[in-house]
Amino acid sequence: MSLIARHLEENGIPTVVIGSARDIVEECGVARFLFTDFPLGNPCGKPWDKEMQGAIMEMALDLLQGAWQPRTTVQAPFVWSEDDTWRTVFMHVSEEKREAFKKAGEGRRAAQANAKTRH
Amino acid sequence: MTQTKKRTSFRTFLSYMDLSREYYAAYGYSQPYKWMSYTEVPFARLAKPLSQCRVGLLTTTDLEKLPGENKMDRYLLRKVYAHPVEDAPEHFYTQDLQWDQETTHTDDNESFMPLNSLAETATSGKIGSAAPRFYGAMTDYSQGKTSKKSAPQVLDFCRQDGVEALILPAL
Repeated sequence: MSLIARHLEENGIPTVVIGSARDIVEECGVARFLFTDFPLGNPCGKPWDKEMQGAIMEMALDLLQGAWQPRTTVQAPFVWSEDDTWRTVFMHVSEEKREAFKKAGEGRRAAQANAKTRH
Repeated sequence: MTQTKKRTSFRTFLSYMDLSREYYAAYGYSQPYKWMSYTEVPFARLAKPLSQCRVGLLTTTDLEKLPGENKMDRYLLRKVYAHPVEDAPEHFYTQDLQWDQETTHTDDNESFMPLNSLAETATSGKIGSAAPRFYGAMTDYSQGKTSKKSAPQVLDFCRQDGVEALILPAL
């Protein structure tokens, strides 16, 4: 996504990326980034929260016209929940999951090799 | 708006570079993914006031589940697309992408592909108009493919539709 945004900027089209993987977007480097500190899946606001979604869209548009230099990041002033448990779930490698992950990886590599021979 | 205040010894936001490196190592991949990191960042300004601009949206999700026995088959069939807003799917297909399926869901398109929210800003006059088509470019492992194929295709779509600014929500 960041690479596409960069290409558009190089060709004169202003962009704003909205996302929750802050380090990946900022490491790549984009012109404008609206960061929502949410679990991956709902960068534009919580599901069914129309008011929040509208506010995030307004922020993205304000950033589009207000930023005066690249690498401008704005963080949306919303929290997912007061409980931060979600930060310890996604992609978390626990000791009890390690063996299952290893087996799943072997299966995935076999599927990848198989798919490549068929396409 | 919920206000929170706390003391912390760690950064609050998650590092997905760190998480994915450890995650794929646990899956047995020997080489960590190499993310792009640039020093220089291109920057374009709006050519006219936002209230006169046509604005578009690009999603990383798919219109529907592609044919194929498994995720890998479907991955190889994916293409960058442009699709009429008036014919947007009731539900975008997100299951082949990496997102936190334990914590949340993608049943509400507006939470990741805000076509209605954008249309409302056209009605209110904040933007000139919303593009008649939206675009899709699924996250690709290959940075070369993204830069050399997907990005020029999205640029072509924008030019065809007179899009003067693009919003890119990354799932």
